Amino acid sequence: MNKSSVFILVVVMLLGTIAAPLRAELVIEITRGATRPIPIAIVPFGWSGSEQQPADIAAIVRSDLTGSGRFNALDRSDMLEQPTRGVDIDFDNWRVVAVDYVLVGELAQDGETFSIRYQLFDVYGGRQVVADQLLLERRDMRAAGHRVADSVFEAITGIPGVFNTKIAYISVSGVPPKQQYQLIVADADGNNEFVLLESPQPIMSPAWSPDGRQLAYVSFELGRAQVYVQSLRTGTRRVVSDKPGVNNAPAWSPDGRELALTRSDADGNLDIYLVPVIGSGETRLTQRRSIDTEPAWSRDGKTIYFTSDRGGAPQVYQVSASGGDVSRVTFEGRYNARPRVSADGETIAVVHDDRGNFRVAVQDLASGSLQVLSDGALDESPSFAPNGAQLIYATRRGGRGVLETVSVDGAISGRVKSVGNDVREPVWSPY
Amino acid sequence: MVMRNILLIGLVAGLAACGSNPPPSTTTSSGGDLLSSSSGSDSGASTSGTSDSSIRSVGLDDEMAVEDTADSLIIYFEYDRSEVSAQYADILASHGRRLAQNPGQRLRLEGHADERGTREYNIGLGERRAQAVRRVLLISGASAGQISTVSYGEERPASLGSTESDYEKNRRVELSWR
Repeated sequence: MNKSSVFILVVVMLLGTIAAPLRAELVIEITRGATRPIPIAIVPFGWSGSEQQPADIAAIVRSDLTGSGRFNALDRSDMLEQPTRGVDIDFDNWRVVAVDYVLVGELAQDGETFSIRYQLFDVYGGRQVVADQLLLERRDMRAAGHRVADSVFEAITGIPGVFNTKIAYISVSGVPPKQQYQLIVADADGNNEFVLLESPQPIMSPAWSPDGRQLAYVSFELGRAQVYVQSLRTGTRRVVSDKPGVNNAPAWSPDGRELALTRSDADGNLDIYLVPVIGSGETRLTQRRSIDTEPAWSRDGKTIYFTSDRGGAPQVYQVSASGGDVSRVTFEGRYNARPRVSADGETIAVVHDDRGNFRVAVQDLASGSLQVLSDGALDESPSFAPNGAQLIYATRRGGRGVLETVSVDGAISGRVKSVGNDVREPVWSPY
Repeated sequence: MVMRNILLIGLVAGLAACGSNPPPSTTTSSGGDLLSSSSGSDSGASTSGTSDSSIRSVGLDDEMAVEDTADSLIIYFEYDRSEVSAQYADILASHGRRLAQNPGQRLRLEGHADERGTREYNIGLGERRAQAVRRVLLISGASAGQISTVSYGEERPASLGSTESDYEKNRRVELSWR
C-alpha cells in the first residue's frame, strides 16, 4: 500500500468515527414460523445485587427463542407463579398453561462480577433438562443471555444455537451517483451494530475468516477494485489483491491461510486464484475464456466450488484446490450461481433462476436434488448460519434491499427489519 | 455526507499536489472537479500543480472542432450480453482516433450491469463489457496503456428501480477522459 492510500484509510476511518453513522437497527420478525412451535415459559430471572437489575436476561432469551420461529413463549402475565429456582417450581402450574418447558434462573452480583444460574425443566416429566452457572462482567450481559438461549435451544431441538454469532453486511444510503456504502458487523439479533468501513465508493463481498476475527472484502475506494483483509478488533487492514482489472469475491480457506478470489485477464475473462493471506504468490485454478467467479471452499479445504458461464449460462462447477480438471455440479434449471457450502459440507446454497425469479435454493451434493427455499424475485447472497440450520440472504422489498432468513427445510422464514438504508450481502459469522 | 466527501477528496487532492506518490488519476481528477466547482479558489490552489490539465483542454478543443467526441460517452448493452452494438461504431472509432493522435491522453472505462443475477458474476459481466469497448478503441489506434478499465457490476446503478427501463440504463460502459 502506498503512502496516499494509507492516508485515505485513516481519513475514511476518522470521518466514520466523527460523524456517527445512521443507526439502522435490525430486528428479526418471523414471517412464517414452525407449524407446531414448542411452548416454553421463560420466567423472569431473579436478581440479587446492590443496584438496579442491569439486564433482563429472560427477555433476551425470550427474544432469541421466539425469533428462531421454533418456540412460542408464554406471556409473563399468564404465569401462575414466577419461581427463580428449580426447587420452587410447582409443575401443575405449568401443565395447566400447556407449556412443555420452563426456564428459571437468577442473576446475582458480587462486586463487579456477575453470575447467571439457570435451569431448564421438562414440565411433563418434571425433570431437569439442562442447568449451568455463568460468570461474567457487566459488559457481557447480552452475550450471556444469548449463551443461555443457545444452551436451551440445543437442549430442546438438538441443534446448536447461533444467538451468540454475528452478521456482517453492506448498507447503502443515498441515490446515484452519490451513494454512501458501509460495511457493518452486528450481533445476530441485530444489536451492537458497528461500522467497520464507510466509503462513497462501493464495498462488496464481505467474508469472515474461519476464526471470526477478520473480514475480507472488496473496496472501490481508490476508483479500482482491491481485496482487503481487516481485523475486527483493531480495525487495521491490508491489501491482499490489487491487480489491474477485477479483484473480487474473496473466500477464506478453512485453515485461514489462503483466499480463493477472482481476477481478470486482458480479455475480461475472470478466473479463480488462490492467494496467501500473508505473504506473496498465487495459484491460478481456472483458465477458461469464461467468467469463473464466486469461489467457495469445501469443508475439508480440498475442493473449490465456483460459478462459471463456460457452458453458456452460469452454473456451479468444482475444481480441486490443487488445480486440475473442472466438473459441473449443478444441472437443474438454466441458472445456478454463487455457491456456499453448509457446515456439514453436504449441501450447497445457490442462487437459482426459478421461472424468471432469482431465488435461494439448496442442493444436496450427494444426490444432486435441488430445493428452492425463498419466494422473492431478486433473492441473492445466501449465507449459512454456522449450525447449518438456516440461511440469511438479501432480497428487495418495496424497492429497498432487505435481509431475510429461512430454515434449510424451508419451513421457517423471517425478515430482518431495518430502518432506512438499503442492506445487502449478509454473511453469517462462524461460532 | 457531502461535506465529508469533499473533505476526504480535498485531503487526497492535497496529497496528490505535494506528495511524490500521487494516488490514481481517478481520485485526483474527480477531486479537482469537485473542488473547483464547490469550494472556490482556495482549493484551486491545491490542484493547480497538475500542469497537464491545461494541456488536456487545448487538445479537447482541437478535437471537438473535427469530430464529435464528447468528454463523456455511455455505451449501452443487451441483457447478459457484452457485444458492442454497431450503432456505436463511429463514435467509438472517433474516440479511438483521438487517443491515437494524443498519446498523452487517458481514457477510463467503467463497466456496469443491471441488478439481475449475482453481484460477483455481474462484476464479470461489467468487466467483459468494458473490455469489449476497449478492444474497439484499440482497433481504432489507441494504445493499451491509454485505457484503464474498472467493473462496478451492479454496485453503481445509473437508475434505481427494478423496471426494464431502469435495467436498460444500468447495462452500460461509461467512457470518461482523464
